[in-house]
Amino acid sequence: MSTDPKISICNGRLVDPANGIDAECDLHIADGQIAAVGPAPTGFRADRTLDARGLVVCPGLVDLCARLREPGFEHKATIAGETAAAAAAGITTLCCPPDTQPVIDTPAVAQLVAQTAERHGQARVVPAGALTQGLRGEQISEMAALKHAGCPVMSHADRPIKNTLVQRRAMEYATTYGLTVFLRPEDKHLRDQGCVHEGRVATRLGLPGIPEAAETVALARDLALAEQTGAGIHFRCLSTGRATQMLAEAIRRGVRASADVSAHQIFLTEEDIGAFDSNCHVIPPLRTNEDRVALRAALARGDLAAVCSDHSPHEEDAKLAPFPATAPGISALETLLPLMLRLVAEDVMELATAIARITIGPAQILQLPVGRLDPGRIADVCIFDPDTCWIPSESTLVSAGHNTPFRGRELEGQVAWTLLAGHVVFQREAT
Amino acid sequence: MNPSAIQLDAQGNLKHFLTIEGLSRELLTAILDQTEGFLGIAEQAVKKVPLCRGKIVANLFFETSTRTRTTFELAAKRLSADVLNLDIGTSATAKGETLLDTLRNLEAMHVDMFVVRHAESGAAHFIAEHVSPHVSIINAGDGRHSHPTQGMLDMFTIRRHKGKFADLCVAVIGDILHSRVARSQLLALNTLGTGEVRIIAPRTLIPAHAQTLGARIFHDLREGVRDADVIIMLRLQRERMQGAMLPSEHEYFQLFGLTEERLGTAKPDAIVMHPGPINRGVEMDSQVADGRRSVVLEQVSNGIAVRMAIMSMCIGPKNLHAQEETRGWRGDE
Repeated sequence: MSTDPKISICNGRLVDPANGIDAECDLHIADGQIAAVGPAPTGFRADRTLDARGLVVCPGLVDLCARLREPGFEHKATIAGETAAAAAAGITTLCCPPDTQPVIDTPAVAQLVAQTAERHGQARVVPAGALTQGLRGEQISEMAALKHAGCPVMSHADRPIKNTLVQRRAMEYATTYGLTVFLRPEDKHLRDQGCVHEGRVATRLGLPGIPEAAETVALARDLALAEQTGAGIHFRCLSTGRATQMLAEAIRRGVRASADVSAHQIFLTEEDIGAFDSNCHVIPPLRTNEDRVALRAALARGDLAAVCSDHSPHEEDAKLAPFPATAPGISALETLLPLMLRLVAEDVMELATAIARITIGPAQILQLPVGRLDPGRIADVCIFDPDTCWIPSESTLVSAGHNTPFRGRELEGQVAWTLLAGHVVFQREAT
Repeated sequence: MNPSAIQLDAQGNLKHFLTIEGLSRELLTAILDQTEGFLGIAEQAVKKVPLCRGKIVANLFFETSTRTRTTFELAAKRLSADVLNLDIGTSATAKGETLLDTLRNLEAMHVDMFVVRHAESGAAHFIAEHVSPHVSIINAGDGRHSHPTQGMLDMFTIRRHKGKFADLCVAVIGDILHSRVARSQLLALNTLGTGEVRIIAPRTLIPAHAQTLGARIFHDLREGVRDADVIIMLRLQRERMQGAMLPSEHEYFQLFGLTEERLGTAKPDAIVMHPGPINRGVEMDSQVADGRRSVVLEQVSNGIAVRMAIMSMCIGPKNLHAQEETRGWRGDE
């Protein structure tokens, strides 16, 4: 396509974990693809040069779970609005769970989501297909058709499948078509009416608790089914230290399992709920400091291969009620990168590892050819200033959801440019 | 964030009364002292003081209650406030109005104080956060979280009978997990420096990390009440049988029901308390409920005086002059 501009990104620190690069290195883009890393190819004449001096250049971020709320919940957010927020956050590929209205259980809905995103051109949206029809956990969905319509994985969103036999069949069927199954391990009955971790804070505030076993019991069941069926399984948003141990053991045994953690889970604990802060109402719930330490260690080791935003934008009213009556979830696209950088600042991991967990790690789980910058790849690039401080607020957040416990708290690291398939889709205006 | 910060004004005076958590021993003691001053009013021919004259108190009950609402109403009336009773459970929210909308509408009527009961933990905090600055909120029970006026009336009853908290052993028996009353009692007992605090229940009715509530845990009634000075029974809600919390009322009474015989290990002068209403034959025997140790009815009368003290501290003439004025007024009569 000759209309695609030729772009050179110069003088930046290139961090491309998949290729083992962390060095000052230029990047050249033509035809929507990476043309060269390092010196420009002979005869390459850039239409535009981005000066990335003092900035980090990395693959566009890949988010395994971001709710865009469309179709069905446009009063909370829209695909146009949230993909614009993603672009401002350096995220170029988003996987959205199928819990829209209607549910993404037919090719028509999957295509509607992907095409709406494509029309707005801010970020690539890959819908996760519903594992069962209507996410009711009864009849498996037309997975082959969903795959054909562009769903790279099958998911059951946040709804546990009650019937274990249905889950087994669904996993077997998905495996037939090479589809990884995304599940968030939760035992419905153990969760019951719980809204926070069953721990000190639940006891102090008299809030119904969700025990650790709500996660580990379901995880044990799902791992056993994965082992039995040989299915590829991905666990979303682990929240307990014990779950990471169980996962690591299963992976060592050869179970085809992977998992992610949400960025807020490795920074916040139940204590952050304070006096009923509804912005800390999130499922799975914020756990203990011991869990946080274990999750961070598992992330550093690579047992957790990805960090997701678990983005859940809400309208203001959804959080304006007594704590248990509020809608759970955090608006998290724009805090994803700054929080990963904080892990580096807190010496939990190197910058390259932190970036790997939000680029190549999730890209491999989705089996998509993104999250890396070698020549010939799609030119999805994030260029950020690791030292710029900013404060999430109603005026700085692009997302329609302002429901974040990080609102008003200073964060370090801000995106300067985002490129999607070789086009600049976000450029921060000088302030 | 200190959950108590919102309750106090810049001078450290009570503005709202939402939870015992974070309040100082001095403040709790001041409430108890203030209550003493109000106790005599019930015996007067004119059962009123003008501390809240011209103020409007709205009882905002999203959950039904007879006893608590009535005592709040009496307390407000004895303080000369005008009282509105709003049974919200059956009106506005049932029509889909949000809690905030309901609140804004009532604020427009220039109410000075809301007495709030709600089924969700944190409801009173939520309302206090969003109400206009001149309005005070009293928590009359939110979910499983807090019922601080009940906690204080129990402390008042204990102090009248037993004196110093440091020398006491207090045992709380029953459904600690779901009880806002228990949470408030345990916080108050610990803040007031009670010698030993115990909780007694089967494991299904004890919350995770219960030791962080500042209590020793017992699963045996006789052991738990041994040498206790005060025994507080909690109400057992019938729903607990359905949630697989307990096998039956019969077995619960066999193991945790209070009878004269099982009280044998307690101190001879131990008192027995219950926030009411009592399930006779489930939590305790009628013999105990009506017996010489029972102070259950006294708790109800004390409830009015405690609520008068707390209401007047929140919206009456500020700080300690209040008590002086009360006395002064009685002198005039």
